[in-house]
Amino acid sequence: MTAAATESPRIPAGSPIAGALLTVADAGLGTSVQDLGRPGLAHLGVPTAGPADRRGFTLANRLVGNPENTPALEITLGGLAVTLSRSRYVSVTGAPAPVTVDGVPVRAPALVRLPAGARLAIGRPWAGCRTYLAVSGGLEADRVLGSASRDSLTGLGPDPVRAGTVLGVGPARPVPAVPLELAFSPVPGGGAMTARFHWGPRHDLFCAADRRRLTTTAWRVSAQCDRVGARLTGPPLAIGSVDLPSEGTVRGAIQVPPSGEPIIFLSDHPVTGGYPVIGVLTDADCDLLGQAVPGDELRLVPASSGGPRRIP
Amino acid sequence: MLRRAGDRGWLIDCHALRPAQLAVAIRERRWARELREVVPAARTVLVVAEDRAGMDELAARLRALLDERAEGAEGTGRTGADGSGGTGSATAPRTVVIPVRYDGPDLAAVAERAGISPEEVARLHSEGEHTVAFFGFAPGFAYLDGLPEPLRLPRLTSPRARVPAGVVAIAGGQSVVYPGGTPGGWHQIGTTTTRLWDVTADPPNRLSVGDRVVFRAVAP
Repeated sequence: MTAAATESPRIPAGSPIAGALLTVADAGLGTSVQDLGRPGLAHLGVPTAGPADRRGFTLANRLVGNPENTPALEITLGGLAVTLSRSRYVSVTGAPAPVTVDGVPVRAPALVRLPAGARLAIGRPWAGCRTYLAVSGGLEADRVLGSASRDSLTGLGPDPVRAGTVLGVGPARPVPAVPLELAFSPVPGGGAMTARFHWGPRHDLFCAADRRRLTTTAWRVSAQCDRVGARLTGPPLAIGSVDLPSEGTVRGAIQVPPSGEPIIFLSDHPVTGGYPVIGVLTDADCDLLGQAVPGDELRLVPASSGGPRRIP
Repeated sequence: MLRRAGDRGWLIDCHALRPAQLAVAIRERRWARELREVVPAARTVLVVAEDRAGMDELAARLRALLDERAEGAEGTGRTGADGSGGTGSATAPRTVVIPVRYDGPDLAAVAERAGISPEEVARLHSEGEHTVAFFGFAPGFAYLDGLPEPLRLPRLTSPRARVPAGVVAIAGGQSVVYPGGTPGGWHQIGTTTTRLWDVTADPPNRLSVGDRVVFRAVAP
């Protein structure tokens, strides 16, 4: 990647090579551009970032014919409204939410032909919190360190999306014929979820009673829940003070700070941490937690126990 | 010792081995291309695979590498600079020279606490043998080992809110050149105009884990 290559081409709206523009009329509570992030740079202190719910995100891109790593919008708790300068297929996935085009409800938002100038609005999700909007051809946003993902921890990547933000859209891609009833990604329903995890790397710093407490407690997702991590509330684990120098951490790490209430790392987590990690969520269930909202109940189940795998 | 770190991760407790050297040795293996991340830290190396299939095979490879390195370390002293035991670095560590003006706002205080003159602080720091141990805290924030003993101080009690790029600072047994845009609780002893971290460059980092660093004093 050279400095010049980080500049995305800007295609004028009327260009014959069929680029388009997406204009944000309303950005909601928190909307950002994401792709699959910056893997492979943790040894330089760079978090991966990328979507909080990778399954929901990649599904949106696949439905409109984009490669999985194509920049798209992550909308937290709805409130987004956009228009396109040219008619395009778009996909709305992730947390299910009311979707309208010029005020008319859309029955199947997983694939929508959005006419030029029509206003697509995404409301507050019925379940989960993060909805994805992909546009056929993909969004064009400035790439930093090879990615267009906005990293909320370090500020790397494009600016947060605001009302008035205009993003380029690449030439439309052929949209695959997919039975939309299969176009589904899991989102926790009914405010309760079960997430599987692997013990370690530092579970041996906890006593047997605390390890049991981790798996028997109905944890609650606290209000301190963002793209960096989700703090849980429940009976504290007795970690006391351990002398553990910082070590590399992964997405899904269940870190136990001195307060004893676990924090689970999500997409924008710091690359190293100094609190012991008692376990790590499976990749699939990290996506589930990326949809958690404050107040949700969370049960943690060891992945190796062979217990029933609950599809929410 | 290997510890599980999720679907695709192993965390290696390094014990007598240096994490930076182990991380370099891992990256030189042919199978390292199947790895997404190799992250050295103070006493560990985190290894994350691209795919979760083959975690047992990865563990066996890491254990074999650790055994070879441990034998090598015994033969050449605990953390011999080469410590290769026949399996070490194919590439010798690079040396990066960083010109520093020793004019930092904490230079006088560091000198006073060490019981030496500011000139002596600059001399000790620039004659020290520094190596890049690991990155962390923020993008481009490289922890450099090798701070001479008289300069070792705990961090500032109240950190500064924002430290510009190029500030050279010390704390504990380590030095850092701030990458810019972060808060900072280290003692600022100088500045460099050499850009060590630039997210618009490829690669963004001038320093790599395992590199030797020479701070060369330049006139203020």
